[in-house]
Amino acid sequence: MSPLNIEQGSSSHSAYDLRSHMSDVVEVHTLAILVENEPGVLARVIGLFSGRGYNIESLTVAEVDHTGRRSRITIVTSGTPQVIHQIKMQLERMVPVHEVADLTVEGPHVSRELALIKVFAKGESRVESLRIAEIFRANVVDSTLESFIFEMTGTPEKIDAFADLMRPLGEVRMARTGVAAMARGL
Amino acid sequence: MTQMTGARMVVEALKEQGVDTVFGYPGGAVLPIYDEIFQQNEIRHILVRHEQGAVHAAEGYARSTGKPGVVLVTSGPGATNAVTGLTDALMDSIPIVCLTGQVPTFMIGSDAFQEADTVGITRPCTKMNWLVKETDNLSGTIHEAFHIATSGRPGPVLIDVPKDVQFATGTYTNKPKVSKSHYQPRVKGDPDIITALVEAMETAERPVFYTGGGVINSGPAANQLLRELVEATGFPITSTLMGLGSYPANGDKWLGMLGMHGLYEANLAMHGCDLMINIGARFDDRITGRIADFSPGSRKAHIDIDPSSINKVIHADFPIVGDVGHVLEDLLRIWKSRGRKTNSAAVKQWWAQIEEWKKTRCLDYKPSETTIKPQYALERLEALTKDHNRYICTEVGQHQMWAAQFLGFNDPNRWMTSGGLGTMGYGTPASIGVQIAHPDALVINVAGEASWLMNMQEMGTAVQYRLPVKQFILNNERLGMVRQWQELLHGERYSHSWSEALPDFVKLAEAFGAKGILCTDPKDLDDAIMEMLNYDGPVIFDCLVEKHENCFPMIPSGKAHNEMLLGEADTQGAIQSGGAVLV
Repeated sequence: MSPLNIEQGSSSHSAYDLRSHMSDVVEVHTLAILVENEPGVLARVIGLFSGRGYNIESLTVAEVDHTGRRSRITIVTSGTPQVIHQIKMQLERMVPVHEVADLTVEGPHVSRELALIKVFAKGESRVESLRIAEIFRANVVDSTLESFIFEMTGTPEKIDAFADLMRPLGEVRMARTGVAAMARGL
Repeated sequence: MTQMTGARMVVEALKEQGVDTVFGYPGGAVLPIYDEIFQQNEIRHILVRHEQGAVHAAEGYARSTGKPGVVLVTSGPGATNAVTGLTDALMDSIPIVCLTGQVPTFMIGSDAFQEADTVGITRPCTKMNWLVKETDNLSGTIHEAFHIATSGRPGPVLIDVPKDVQFATGTYTNKPKVSKSHYQPRVKGDPDIITALVEAMETAERPVFYTGGGVINSGPAANQLLRELVEATGFPITSTLMGLGSYPANGDKWLGMLGMHGLYEANLAMHGCDLMINIGARFDDRITGRIADFSPGSRKAHIDIDPSSINKVIHADFPIVGDVGHVLEDLLRIWKSRGRKTNSAAVKQWWAQIEEWKKTRCLDYKPSETTIKPQYALERLEALTKDHNRYICTEVGQHQMWAAQFLGFNDPNRWMTSGGLGTMGYGTPASIGVQIAHPDALVINVAGEASWLMNMQEMGTAVQYRLPVKQFILNNERLGMVRQWQELLHGERYSHSWSEALPDFVKLAEAFGAKGILCTDPKDLDDAIMEMLNYDGPVIFDCLVEKHENCFPMIPSGKAHNEMLLGEADTQGAIQSGGAVLV
């Protein structure tokens, strides 16, 4: 990338700036980070976020290339455009980091999350939960007489919507993987 | 395919990397490496008195030579004591390779004796670190460590070597002829942006060069190119604390240091310029003052090898990612090929304005015939040592700023100071590292008595290795900079900024086996400094100075460059509560 293409943030803020007059709009960005899968690499990346006061909304990590020993870390983070830009620059200069893609600015991308949602419901509510699950294409992966566990994949918003619909039907417990994301096309 | 023990590998790899000196302190978890060091003569080991001192000494060695500094310490407390030094090196971009011993791999995690999670503790204060669990990987990791410490933006790296890895036998890997590391920072700047900057330089009416430690880190060629560029364009140049010496202080384009305690003319030139060319500096908060009012009317170029420095604090109109030396070479070539143009009429006017500002004589102070003013002490030190082959270290505080203001640096790598981290206790061990690298040079540590006490144990190192370092202590019996801030910001309530029960520095020197000199009268100062210079050995010079002198000029925190305080008369109500929250 030519440095001329660096998005130009406001000059009045730094990533370290603790002043309250941060007037810029906070944006949510999804970053896909390809790293060397070596001990401590996740701690290194997380340490950057906590050390410099950046936000982590969700984080997933797994080895994606077993022979090349590469892992992909997908982080959903939030901040002003300048902070997001700084996060990307700080990640890129880390030695075990091979590539950082800001999927939110680099064009269309697909992001998916897996969730396991346990719903405690009886009677009509139990039947209703199954109907809604069908609409959301959630699969039943476990059942007792008082509960279902649904498995569903989708955008975080879809999972949130599903959970919101389930809550009036009974107690809801949830385990989510966080977002895995990838740019479309080449 | 040479087989050897891990401990032997460490020594072999260091030799292959051209290391001649290691600063260290032995302990249980590094004994096998020390055993190998004992059995060879190519690498000299300097025994410090505290591991923090080892890292600062290695920093002094690195800053004064341009080569990486090497540190060897043991596990647990050895490693944790090194943390301040590593952080200091990270903040000031100093290449350091730190080897730490670790408990054997089968004991890691068992809370073993002298076990600490060294890679965990040092992860945020190194550029990169490794725990080596296989002897086969040890030499390759050491070569990679040197590559990473010295390429791109330099910094400290750490290799944690468990004791069983040191004992075990493995295959030695030679230093690769060409680094196979994926870490290959970009050194060439974008020619389109460099050309755009040249165009801006051709028309600029009020240009200024603002240089930093990156020029010195880039090497001697970069410093030569900078000098050529400044002389050829005739533009004024100022520098950060870290960049002093890259352009000579006796050069006629030199405005002096800028920043919080920088010179009036340098800061006003920054404030009033229309083209700012930042070469290897990072818009630190000591430089910018209030960001919103930082140089409001200028277009800004930023040349930096670290892309994350660009647009971090200040928006760059000409962002150039690359090594200073490479970029300046291209910049000069393009500027020359386009006909060496500048807007000389406007630049001449700009200089006339700067000459007006210089008339403020912002470094003037009230002289005294009875008390040694710290500024006077440094003026005399400058006058009596400037023709020597001289290296200056400092501690941190008022004396550091006065040294930056009153001593002139005409060459790079002659000024060793803790800029980013501001580590009190840096100077004494750093002076030892410098003297080791330059045995025949005059090495002076300009210190305050409070900073100096923080690592005074290193006088033992100086005496052991017969290092004639001169500890020039400006003794005001105060934490001077803390006291100054309390005076300006905290209603003159001098909370714990007063050194009671100071030692007798002359007796202290004698106890260490060094020479002590006490000077209390301005009339005796020259003779006392000459006595210090003429003594062939380490000296502690206790210079009793005015106790309540404040360091001016000063940009109070939260203020802009054009709101400098020039002296005591300006200080009334100068800092509002908004500024007090900043550091």
